[in-house]
Amino acid sequence: VKKVLIIGATSAIAEHCARIWATRGDALFLVARNDERVNSIATDLKVRGATSIATYALDLNAIDQHEAVLDAADKAMGGIDTVLIAHGTLSNQKQCEKSVALTLDEITTNALSAISLLTLIANRLEDKKQGTIAVISSVAGDRGRKSNYVYGAAKGLITRFTQGLQHRFANTKVKVVLIKPGPTDTPMTAHLKGGGANLAPVQGVSKQIVGAIDKGKPVIYTPSKWWLIMMIIRHLPKFIFDKMDI
Amino acid sequence: MAATLKISGWGGYLKQDAQVLTPLSLSACSDYVNNKQTNLQTLIARGMGRSYGDSANAPTVLSSLGLNHFIHFDGNTGLLTAQAGVTLRDILSVIVPKGWFLPVTPGTSFVSIGGAIASDIHGKNHHIAGTFGQHITSMTLLLGTGEIVTTSATELPELFHATCGGMGLTGMILSATLQLIRIQSSFIDLKTIKANSIEDACEQFEAHSHSTYSVAWIDCLATGKNLGRSVLMVGEHADHGGLGLTIKDPISLPIHTPAALLNSFTMRAFNNAYFAKATHNKAQTVSLIPYFYPLDAIGGWNKLYGKAGFVQYQFVIPKTNGVNNMRTILTQIAQSGAGSFLAVLKQFGAANQNLLSFPLAGLTLALDFKVSTSTIALLHRLDDMVAAMGGRVYLTKDAVMTESTFKKTYTHWQAFEDVRHRYGAVGKFASNQSKRLGLT
Repeated sequence: VKKVLIIGATSAIAEHCARIWATRGDALFLVARNDERVNSIATDLKVRGATSIATYALDLNAIDQHEAVLDAADKAMGGIDTVLIAHGTLSNQKQCEKSVALTLDEITTNALSAISLLTLIANRLEDKKQGTIAVISSVAGDRGRKSNYVYGAAKGLITRFTQGLQHRFANTKVKVVLIKPGPTDTPMTAHLKGGGANLAPVQGVSKQIVGAIDKGKPVIYTPSKWWLIMMIIRHLPKFIFDKMDI
Repeated sequence: MAATLKISGWGGYLKQDAQVLTPLSLSACSDYVNNKQTNLQTLIARGMGRSYGDSANAPTVLSSLGLNHFIHFDGNTGLLTAQAGVTLRDILSVIVPKGWFLPVTPGTSFVSIGGAIASDIHGKNHHIAGTFGQHITSMTLLLGTGEIVTTSATELPELFHATCGGMGLTGMILSATLQLIRIQSSFIDLKTIKANSIEDACEQFEAHSHSTYSVAWIDCLATGKNLGRSVLMVGEHADHGGLGLTIKDPISLPIHTPAALLNSFTMRAFNNAYFAKATHNKAQTVSLIPYFYPLDAIGGWNKLYGKAGFVQYQFVIPKTNGVNNMRTILTQIAQSGAGSFLAVLKQFGAANQNLLSFPLAGLTLALDFKVSTSTIALLHRLDDMVAAMGGRVYLTKDAVMTESTFKKTYTHWQAFEDVRHRYGAVGKFASNQSKRLGLT
């Protein structure tokens, strides 16, 4: 039985990862903002086979509460083996451009709150000398693009920070997994569907994520084709990149 | 969550640009049904979109797929409660390893509980177990008034009997409790029987009426002395082999194949090969998933029929004079040369009390037709024949039935309308199909 802490447990990707863990009979601790939804998910995961399950309602922008969440999870499960940080919002780029406040809010939600958690969790796992931290970044963090660079900047910050943690824990039993999903079919992207966006099924994405966490892989693009796509986009010369409407 | 999408039934024939609302909680469902700001005239609940025609098509649809949570499972009694968007596939993965199975299952596991109730689906065991709705011990329903009520065969029974088989027209099903059946094994003991004519096939159904599962593949293109030749498959839950279950992700068929690939030549060849390959009186043990859900292995098999799509046609005719009547209809279909492979014949058990439920004691036939003006004309001719024989056509597969055929063959339609009036569904819940069939 693994003891898994999931931050942002109502995110569709996190929920589908949780289903896989529940089926295996793991113990789960779910943290999310929306009480009604997280309780509904907890009940569901119990039926699917989770050995034990507890929930904690919190707006993750309340950074001063982060230590308390980790204490609660540790106490409820009798330790923490794996942490998945999955919360976030898909920022509205156009609105952010007109508002400093909104831009900074998006950066706080998508990056600073995760960095606070990563800092605290890293120290705990360092003390225990083992465990896995997985964090959901995004392919959007690989290169700034006009269509979503606020979201991309936040995810880029997570990416760099996580790389640093990986360096810090190299050659130890603490694994740090950086997850970069491409556009995935979730409620967060529902509004993109009408525009014909090609969204990956969340079940497949979650399966790959759980597999990467099992193996302690440092970086995973999911679906895998995004590794190639982003490799090309990262290396496109500026004069070509500038002509692209992406 | 809202998105504007082009939606269609599984047949892909009737399409609709729709605003798709996906509430993620019960309160969000109520908000959508009550919300005056969105100016919703009418809406219809939509699950996995596996009804074939336009039953779940409307300019505004309320997707149940955000309501995809289990609520309770009692491993001692086999009572399972889940939200309406949970699929049968999801249920199987939880219950089979614990020694339970669905009391009634259709030929695909990619349907939601809400859809299964709204269609009052039947399976290969209809002659013994009846329909899905007969195993629902209770459900919660969001009415057009915004009120959430619990209904069962004993609680608001008239609402319950209108909702089971009611095509989502009484309200939005939010959750349901289902009585599962015990199994000892995830395998099926299967016997194959070849029948050389429709008479022979019907005799075999009679001879195997005690078997739990029975269904026949029938060659709808065969004529003359081969008319109605069939391969019957009768099955029982095995008592050996264990409860292991492998549910593989389907191989996807990402693109529409040219419709010309499915022509009377290829289908005749397929049917001949299928009949020739079957071995009479062969007994074997097969895993439950390929037995019940053979087509689930290929995601998007509906794309085989090309972009124009297809219609699936399923009717039932009463037992009295059933064999002769079936022969008459098969002759009509065989002459048209339009029938497809994978036509399915079954003998139903008795009808139930649900007002718009499809099955009645007699013979049912289901088959696919590639869409064309001549097939639509054929379907109207078949509709008339079926109606004259005292039968009816399955609403879940229907895409073309006229209002007059519906009202002639679904004799309880007025009682159904009365219940809808009484529970605030009129003016709130409607689909393209319900409008076509003249329901208010």
